[in-house]
Amino acid sequence: MTPDGGPPRILTSRVDLAGSYTLKAFLETGGYEGLRKALSMKPDEVAQEVDEASLLGRGGAGFPAGRKWSMLRPADTTYLVVNGDESEPCTFKDHLLLETDPHQLVEGVAIAAYAIGVEQAFIFIRGEMALGLERVTQAVNEAYEYGALGRGILGSGFNLDVVVHPGAGAYICGEETGLLESLEGKRGFPRIKPPYFPAAIGLYGEPTVVNNVETLSNMSWIVRNGGAAFAALGKGRSTGTRLFALSGRVKRPGVYEVEMAKTTFRDLIYGQEFGGGISGGKELKAFIPGGASAPWFGADQVDMPLDQDEVGAAGTMLGSGSVVVMDETVCTVKVAWRITRFFWRESCGQCTPCREGGGWLEKILWRIENGAGREEDVDMLADICDNISPGLHWPPEQTTICPLGPSIPSPIASVMRMFEDEIRLHVKEGACPLA
Amino acid sequence: MPHLSSESLTRAREIVDLYPQRRSALIPLCHLAQEQDGWLRPEAIEEIAGLLDVTPAEVLGTASFYEMFKLEPAGRYVISVCTNVACMLAGAYDLLAHAEERLGVRAGGTTPDGRFTIEDVECVAHCDHAPCVQVNSRYFGPLDAGGFDRLVDSLERGELEGDVPPHGTLVRVRRTKGLMA
Ligand SMILES: Cc1cc2nc3c(=O)[nH]c(=O)nc-3n(C[C@H](O)[C@H](O)[C@H](O)COP(=O)(O)O)c2cc1C
Ligand code: SF4
Ligand code: FES
Repeated sequence: MTPDGGPPRILTSRVDLAGSYTLKAFLETGGYEGLRKALSMKPDEVAQEVDEASLLGRGGAGFPAGRKWSMLRPADTTYLVVNGDESEPCTFKDHLLLETDPHQLVEGVAIAAYAIGVEQAFIFIRGEMALGLERVTQAVNEAYEYGALGRGILGSGFNLDVVVHPGAGAYICGEETGLLESLEGKRGFPRIKPPYFPAAIGLYGEPTVVNNVETLSNMSWIVRNGGAAFAALGKGRSTGTRLFALSGRVKRPGVYEVEMAKTTFRDLIYGQEFGGGISGGKELKAFIPGGASAPWFGADQVDMPLDQDEVGAAGTMLGSGSVVVMDETVCTVKVAWRITRFFWRESCGQCTPCREGGGWLEKILWRIENGAGREEDVDMLADICDNISPGLHWPPEQTTICPLGPSIPSPIASVMRMFEDEIRLHVKEGACPLA
Repeated sequence: MPHLSSESLTRAREIVDLYPQRRSALIPLCHLAQEQDGWLRPEAIEEIAGLLDVTPAEVLGTASFYEMFKLEPAGRYVISVCTNVACMLAGAYDLLAHAEERLGVRAGGTTPDGRFTIEDVECVAHCDHAPCVQVNSRYFGPLDAGGFDRLVDSLERGELEGDVPPHGTLVRVRRTKGLMA
C-alpha cells in the first residue's frame, strides 16, 4: 500500500526518481532483489507464483502469463522474446517503462527466463524509440557487469544471454509471429496459424515465449511480494495494477498506473490525480477503451470498470491499455478515417480483405469527411466491413492470417452504431458539420 | 575497396556474433549502414548480403518493408510529424502544413540543400505531448507553429547536435558486454 492507502505502485515506483534508469538508482531502490529471491527458489515455484498472480498479458490479447509459460514445449533450445514494439495508435506505456526503468524489465526478463528454463532472450524494441533502445542497451551492459546476466547469474548456476534488437518501423511486427519473422531478418509477415502459439513453434522453429514489456516488468514485484498479493488487487481475473495511456481531449494526458477493476473509465478520465476532466470543460462524446483496434464506447459507458472481462462482455477490449477521449466537438468520421488510414498503411498485404478492404474503406471515409460522400456510401461501408469481419462480432471472426484485418472495421462500425446521423449529415450537407 | 568502413565492419561482425543465426542481424546491420551513410546505399546492401550469406535481393526485399530504411538519400534531419489520432485532435495537420511551408517541401520530400526531410507518420508513442514530432527518432512536443520554427532554427544553428545525431544514428550506446560463450 502507498502511504495514502492507495494501491501500490508496482510498475512506476521509480519513474519520478532522478536517473531512475541507472543501475545505481535501481540498486538503491531494491533492484535485483526479486531476481535474487527467484534464484533461491525452484523454477517451478517461481512459475507457480506468476500463475497464482493471475497476471494477464499486457500486450493486447490479455492471455494469462502463467498459462502461456506452461505451454512452452520442452526442447533443448527454447527462447524468450520481449515484445517492445508498441505501435498501436495512442499506446505509449511501454515506452515509459523502457526509458525510465529499463533494469526493472531486465530483471523481469531474467526471472521469467529462469522460471521457464530459457538461456537466450531477445528484447525487441520499436526502432523509432531511440531513447528506449539506448537506455535498455545500457541497462543490459550494466546488468552483465553486475552479474545479473551472463554466466552463473548472481552466484547461481543459471545462465542467460540477452540481446537488444531494434525494429525498423512496421506496426505489424507487434503481432508476435510477425515479430519473430522480423527477428529472423525477414519482412514482418505474420505466420499462418496453427500453430496458434509460438510456445509450440517460434523463433527459428523452436519453442518460444513472447511476452510484452509491461507484463515482464511486473515480475520482480510478484516474486518479492508473492502471487497472492498481486491477485489480492483488482477483481476476478483482472488482478494487480495496470498502466493506462490516456490521450485525446483530456486536461492531463499521460500514463497512469491504476488498480484493475477497482478503477472506472470515469475515474481515469475525470479523476484529479489522472486525466483531470475534459479539456475546455466540454462534454464527453465517445472514447476508445483499448487501442485503435478496439470498438468504441459511448459516454453512457463511462462508469465501466477497467476490468478485462467486463469490458470484453460489453463487446470491446482493454487491449493495449490506451484510452482516447473524444469530446462533443470531435468529428467521429474524421477519427474513424484516420484510424482506417493507419490500418491501410500498416497492412502487411498478405490477405485480400485487409489489403484491399482497408484501402476501400479509407477512400470512402475520406470522401465523406471532405464533402464528396454519396448516399450509397453508408451501405457500402457496412457491406465492406461485414466482408472483412462477418457479423461484426468482437472478438471478430478470423478471416485473415492475423487479427489486424478484422480489427479494421472497429472504429467504423462504432461510428455507424452510435453516430450514423453524423455520417448522413456529412453526405447531406456535402461538408463536415463539425469542421 | 569495401564500402563499409573498417569500424563499421568491426561492429557489424560483433552484431552478427550476437545471434544464433546470421540472418537475424539483417535489420541491425541495415541500421548500421544507415548510420554510416545516412541512407541505405546499394553498395552497403551488397556488403550486408555478403556478411550474412544471403543475396542482395534478400536484404533489399526485407529492408524495403520497413519505413525507417531510406532507399534514397534523406536529409540530415528527418522530421517525422505524427498525424495519428491524439496528435490530429491537437492540430497535427495544421502543424504538418506549417512544416511544409516553412521548409518548402511536401511530406516525403527533402530540402534541396539536403538538410531536412519531412514525413507524415503514424503514432510515435508520445501522445501525451500532442502534437509532436520526432527528429531522427528523438521526441519534440507539444509544438505549435512557433515551436516548430524554433526547433528548425536550433537544428539549423547546430544547437541540438548533442541531442539529435545525424539521420541514421539510432543507438549511441554500444553493446560492450559479450555473450557467455
Ligand atoms: C496487429 C497486432 C499488433 C500488436 N502489437 C503489439 C505490440 O506492439 N506490443 C505487444 O506487446 N503486443 C502486441 N500485439 C500482441 C502480441 O501478438 C502478443 O499477444 C503479445 O506480445 C503477447 O504478450 P503478453 O502475453 O505479455 O501480452 C499485437 C497484436 C496484433 C494482432
Ligand atoms: S490481416 Fe492484414 S496485416 Fe494481418 S497478415 Fe493479413 S494482410 Fe497482413
Ligand atoms: S498520436 Fe501522435 S504520438 Fe501518438
